[in-house]
Amino acid sequence: MTRAAMDEPILRLEGISKTFRRAGHAPLKAVDNVSLTVGRGEIVALVGESGSGKSTLGRIALGLLAPDSGRVALDGRVLGELKSEELRRARVAMQPIFQDASSSLNPRRSARELMAQALPNAGAATDRRAAELLDRVGLSPGRDYLPRFPHEISGGQRQRLAIARALAMNPRLIIADEPLSGADVSIRGQILNLLLDIKEERGVAYLMITHDISIARHFADRVAVMQRGVIVETGPAAQVLTAPSHPYTQQLVAAVPELAPPESTGTAA
Amino acid sequence: MANILEIESLRLAYRTRGTVAYAMNDVTLHVAEGEAVGLVGESGSGKSTLARATLGLAPRKIATIESGRISIGGTDVTRFDEDQWQAMRGNPVAMVFQDPLSYMNPVMRVGKQIAESVKQHAPGLQPAARVAELLSLVKLPPTAADAYPHELSGGMRQRALLAVALGCGPKLLVADEPTTALDVTTQAEILALIRELRERLGMALLLISHDLGIVASACERIYVMYAGHTVEWGATRDVFQRPAHPYTVGLLKAAQAARNNEGRFATIAGDPPNLSELSTGCPFTPRCPLVREECPKAMPAPGPARNAGAQTLRCWAHQ
Repeated sequence: MTRAAMDEPILRLEGISKTFRRAGHAPLKAVDNVSLTVGRGEIVALVGESGSGKSTLGRIALGLLAPDSGRVALDGRVLGELKSEELRRARVAMQPIFQDASSSLNPRRSARELMAQALPNAGAATDRRAAELLDRVGLSPGRDYLPRFPHEISGGQRQRLAIARALAMNPRLIIADEPLSGADVSIRGQILNLLLDIKEERGVAYLMITHDISIARHFADRVAVMQRGVIVETGPAAQVLTAPSHPYTQQLVAAVPELAPPESTGTAA
Repeated sequence: MANILEIESLRLAYRTRGTVAYAMNDVTLHVAEGEAVGLVGESGSGKSTLARATLGLAPRKIATIESGRISIGGTDVTRFDEDQWQAMRGNPVAMVFQDPLSYMNPVMRVGKQIAESVKQHAPGLQPAARVAELLSLVKLPPTAADAYPHELSGGMRQRALLAVALGCGPKLLVADEPTTALDVTTQAEILALIRELRERLGMALLLISHDLGIVASACERIYVMYAGHTVEWGATRDVFQRPAHPYTVGLLKAAQAARNNEGRFATIAGDPPNLSELSTGCPFTPRCPLVREECPKAMPAPGPARNAGAQTLRCWAHQ
């Protein structure tokens, strides 16, 4: 790979616009000329309230929705310019994780079948590879989880299964839309740590779409704040979400109910 | 001050075709008149079942109170039937929920729904004037009376549901995740409104949430639930500033969402418990860093914390 290619971000969104039109309603400009990049191995958080356009932008990046204008480039290749076979291969490098793993995993398929779908070329090694990936995401021993169905495991375990499926494709970029909204506080840290471990092992980059300011502040390297279809502020996550400069970001950060860290814990010896 | 709500050692089981879940195993909770109490816990802790039980809304066909007692305003309601509960709902106890849309009539204008609740609890009153007053109390414009619930934004809908609840003149408002579906700026507005209403009307509040920041900002006292047990309770500053139960300690660390020296987030090891087994011991035992010999055998009596504040907890490490 050339030096220039190394510098090319894994995801480049350029001048993306999308307007939703419905009969009887005023056109809704969901995304308005937005540009955003995610570097190799970088964690970018896209934060905003409902209706800000963050999920629409995420769906456009994933190729699930066509923009009215603008370009999506994955690893330097503009998705709209690829032929279907090339496009299919290029898109494998980018995997989604959704909020509700119970609705993104087919309830009639066991973990074995769900993993096999994600490992189409593994042949006789499918079960072994599937079990390794399940082990990797903390569903261990993986072999024991292969016969289980999504409803037979907990919500946190389902999210791990969804992550294992995404990893099976060896993605360079994972686009996660509110991956923790359904997770309990005590499970949230486990999932975030897993995502950090995977990033360190495999150099995966993340675009995390979230309404949760504190997660964005601590998890992401960089943050982009969206309001009404426009990115109003972007920069290092810790800085922007601790000392925001745009009035909207200030309002957003101020609205988060503060939980002071405990002064001490009465951990009786 | 007298207690508007008292729950003593309550055990409630859900039974369906051969399966059983002890949603509440041993729950003790008091709310004094005019007091703001928070209840925190994760999914499966039993906090929503508790909310339902305080209004007699636990599904009768499958829910059984197996032991313990609930009393409201001094009346023992543990064995109340549906007719008796009808007389309690709205006044003295009213409730608001996470999703107002599913608790409002979709084909009835908001003003009429508020009027219905007023008429039911104060038949002599002129409803129209009272509706206008309630709308202004929850800071909705008078025109909201003519809207259908789906025409309002999420935040306005929660205000409308509050107006319906307040129309009954409750002494205790039970709010089950009232802001979970809302954006953070709207959430802050609704929490400020609830705080203001409580002060103006002298109403007690039981605020149930998985979000520790919300209850910390709105409540004077806190109960922490785990697997159908109240495990730690006391003044908000004691429980949140000097937590004592190992579960509360872990939960607060995890809720900070800050990374440790290794760049990782705090977690509580293991998985939430299985509620289909009624264990005699402490349900936190398999995940607890302070586990002792007694822990799997029995749940200790409530007692004071060592090296912490004036809270009460049930933990062998503090006995």
